[in-house]
Amino acid sequence: MHMENTETAGFKVIFSVWFGLLGLTVCEVFLAYRALPLVTMFVILMILSVFKAALIIAYFMHLRYEQPSLFVTLIPAFIFVIGMMTVIFADSSRLSHMRSLIQ
Amino acid sequence: MSSSSDVVGGVHGQAESTTAKLSFWDGGSLPYSIPSKKLGMWLFIVSDAITFSAVIFAYGYLRLAAPDWPRPFETSSIVNATVMTFVLLSSSVVMVLAVRASSQGKVGSAVGWLLATALGGVLFDILHIREWLGLIHEGVRPFQNPWGTPMFGAAFFTMTGLHMTHVTIGVIYLLIVAAGYRAKKLSPVDVEVSGLYWHFVDLVWMFIFPLVYLLSAKMA
Repeated sequence: MHMENTETAGFKVIFSVWFGLLGLTVCEVFLAYRALPLVTMFVILMILSVFKAALIIAYFMHLRYEQPSLFVTLIPAFIFVIGMMTVIFADSSRLSHMRSLIQ
Repeated sequence: MSSSSDVVGGVHGQAESTTAKLSFWDGGSLPYSIPSKKLGMWLFIVSDAITFSAVIFAYGYLRLAAPDWPRPFETSSIVNATVMTFVLLSSSVVMVLAVRASSQGKVGSAVGWLLATALGGVLFDILHIREWLGLIHEGVRPFQNPWGTPMFGAAFFTMTGLHMTHVTIGVIYLLIVAAGYRAKKLSPVDVEVSGLYWHFVDLVWMFIFPLVYLLSAKMA
């Protein structure tokens, strides 16, 4: 029987990740008040969110310290599903463009 | 022609291989080196993440497609949502401490951290309900609002409501785990599995906060 991997992140790493997440949140709030185009703002905020999510999964949820097979089983399929969902944004942008032409 | 010792060796090897297969299929080994409860929670998280993704993508679609999407969130609302983010992130760190204490066999300490995590969830819910009541007071309903696209209310309440439901279920789950762990009916693995759920709830908020609040902040 395999034993569970007991390697974990130390306090220093956990608190560094926490500060990093708080810092990224402050950056997002700062960006929210910049006069950037909506789509640009959306893309930047989502990239920052993906980065924050990756930190939470890797360190708080411990996936970085698990067997690689668990990562391979869970994450690529999920990314594929998310990738398939992004196709709707082309239509969203088309709709917004058409509405602005009518107005 | 093989000798008798080869035949014996071959039969013995075959028997060993059969035993290994039997123990594998009998559940005698852990292919991911984690307990089955933990794997079950990971699979649930992936399926729930897909549900949230669908809702988040639908919100994103509506947000980008509507030029008259309301921007109702004053600075006070943004500050409130930022505090909610801080509370949730901090509760995640506290949850890590609970998992660590339980893995070291420190029951009292683990229960204390679990209760502190649940308290963070309660605080998050209170702040969120306050935000909801503020918007309802201003006239936001599922299919109408005073500012723009009528869909804003439905999209906002659906997404934040789904998340708030998860937080509330998480608080109840943590309290059950804390009580069970204290009574020695649950193991450190159960604490770790509840931690995975809590971190997932935190993770989802990392997308809802910028998408709902920051993209609809009222400019001065």
